[in-house]
Amino acid sequence: MARIQTRMTKTMGGALLALLFCLCEPALAGPQNVFQSPPGASACLGCHGAGETELPSLKNLTAAEIEAAMEAFRSGGREATLMNRIAKGFSADETRAIAQWLTTQGRAP
Amino acid sequence: MSLTRRTLLATSAAALAAPALAQTAPKVVVIGGGFGGASAARFLQPMGIEVTLIEPNAQYISCPFSNAVIAGLRDLSQQTFTYTALEAQGIRLVRQMAVKIDHDIRRVTLADGVMISYDRLVLAPGIDLNFSALPGYDEGASALMPHAWKAGAQTTLLRQQIEAMPDGGTIIISAPANPFRCPPGPYERASLIAWYLKNHKPKSKLLILDAKDAFSKQSLFTAAWKDIYGDMVEWIGLSGGGKVTEVKAKDKIFVTEFGEHKADVGNVIPPQRAGAIATIAGATDQTGWCPIDPVTFEAKLVQNIHVIGDACIGGGMPKSAFSANAQAKACAQAIASLLRGQNPAEPKLVNTCYSLVKPDYGISVAGVYSPAKGLLADVQGAGGVSPANASAAVRAAEAHYAEGWFKTITQEVFG
Repeated sequence: MARIQTRMTKTMGGALLALLFCLCEPALAGPQNVFQSPPGASACLGCHGAGETELPSLKNLTAAEIEAAMEAFRSGGREATLMNRIAKGFSADETRAIAQWLTTQGRAP
Repeated sequence: MSLTRRTLLATSAAALAAPALAQTAPKVVVIGGGFGGASAARFLQPMGIEVTLIEPNAQYISCPFSNAVIAGLRDLSQQTFTYTALEAQGIRLVRQMAVKIDHDIRRVTLADGVMISYDRLVLAPGIDLNFSALPGYDEGASALMPHAWKAGAQTTLLRQQIEAMPDGGTIIISAPANPFRCPPGPYERASLIAWYLKNHKPKSKLLILDAKDAFSKQSLFTAAWKDIYGDMVEWIGLSGGGKVTEVKAKDKIFVTEFGEHKADVGNVIPPQRAGAIATIAGATDQTGWCPIDPVTFEAKLVQNIHVIGDACIGGGMPKSAFSANAQAKACAQAIASLLRGQNPAEPKLVNTCYSLVKPDYGISVAGVYSPAKGLLADVQGAGGVSPANASAAVRAAEAHYAEGWFKTITQEVFG
């Protein structure tokens, strides 16, 4: 195992170093990487972004809470000005993927 | 598969997803620094892509909320944004006009003669006002009868004309046929100008001459006009003779098939088309707009060129800042996939447009979209407008949320 790791480190020294460099780079004010975001997720950020505004923030919500809120908007169990109209465009599976992404990669630092 | 090889593959996948891979980074050039183009640049850059943004102006002046500037409720400085955050993020900013695109060799030529090569190009030129579509209305005429459909000096001019108008005057707004930038925009503008008139010049009148018989959020607007502004606001649609066929700018006269209307202040919102560079690129069809693939936003008429925002034919998606921003993110994802030789995933898009009927009275339209039959189609059962019977508290909440949306999106796009 140790031998494999040594060989691996030698082979991949450059790549690992590059990766490490990226990870250590101070976070700039730019937006997050949406490359892996599931369909629809990045559009949420147009209203529910990094800063504090008049719109409800998703920052302190768990994925389960976001999912439950979307389900309640969909079913009409929770009143909304607008989210009921948007929630109806997403299935439970789509919502789950979006909620998970929003609470991990999608979360602004 | 050996551990080494497996780990290597995993690592290279991670490295691809990470930023700042300068050595082999593919090049994407974005033309246009509005909500669509600036968003595309912002979201492409963290995907390990070298991004150049071509935009001749040092500042961007936002159209959303500019109707409030016309009505004296906001200052133009609150609409003005710079590209400082984009440069800080590592996007290369080129303050030039793109004048030529050679799509076969993937190269953009700038007004100063400099050439920039790309792997993929994003066109986000917004709209051009079609100054040949309405007799009598050209750029010169817009100095007398402003369009104010691109925010900036025109916004200020219309505001000044309204402020200088004596009480008892008539303001006329002409609205074009579909499609055009910001479908509820002319009607929000009418509402907020009426709010100004009600408070400052209550004997005045506001007339909307429309080239169509139906418009965005129509029942909500017309009900609110009646409630709040009584007889002050009048709308004449196509079948009532509302289509403007000619403009006499010196006399501020709107000519329709049914007669002439003389204004004290005339606001002509003329027909529009995609920004000129889209036609130069060969991306526009006979409509003047750009057909696109609904998954990748790649132009149907030219390869390796993607079109987002107002310039594209967005199917069910309206030409709005929200749409442009959402399309930019989906397009960035698709481009990053294509550059990695992967199949782009089918996107799902959202639009939300708030309009103010008065300062504490907001209404909205929303939609969810996905690719179907070569277009971005409405997801059935979703979307729609604010309810007709909503309480004053709901209208106030939507006005409040509109402010929040503007703050969020401008922060996301311009930092």
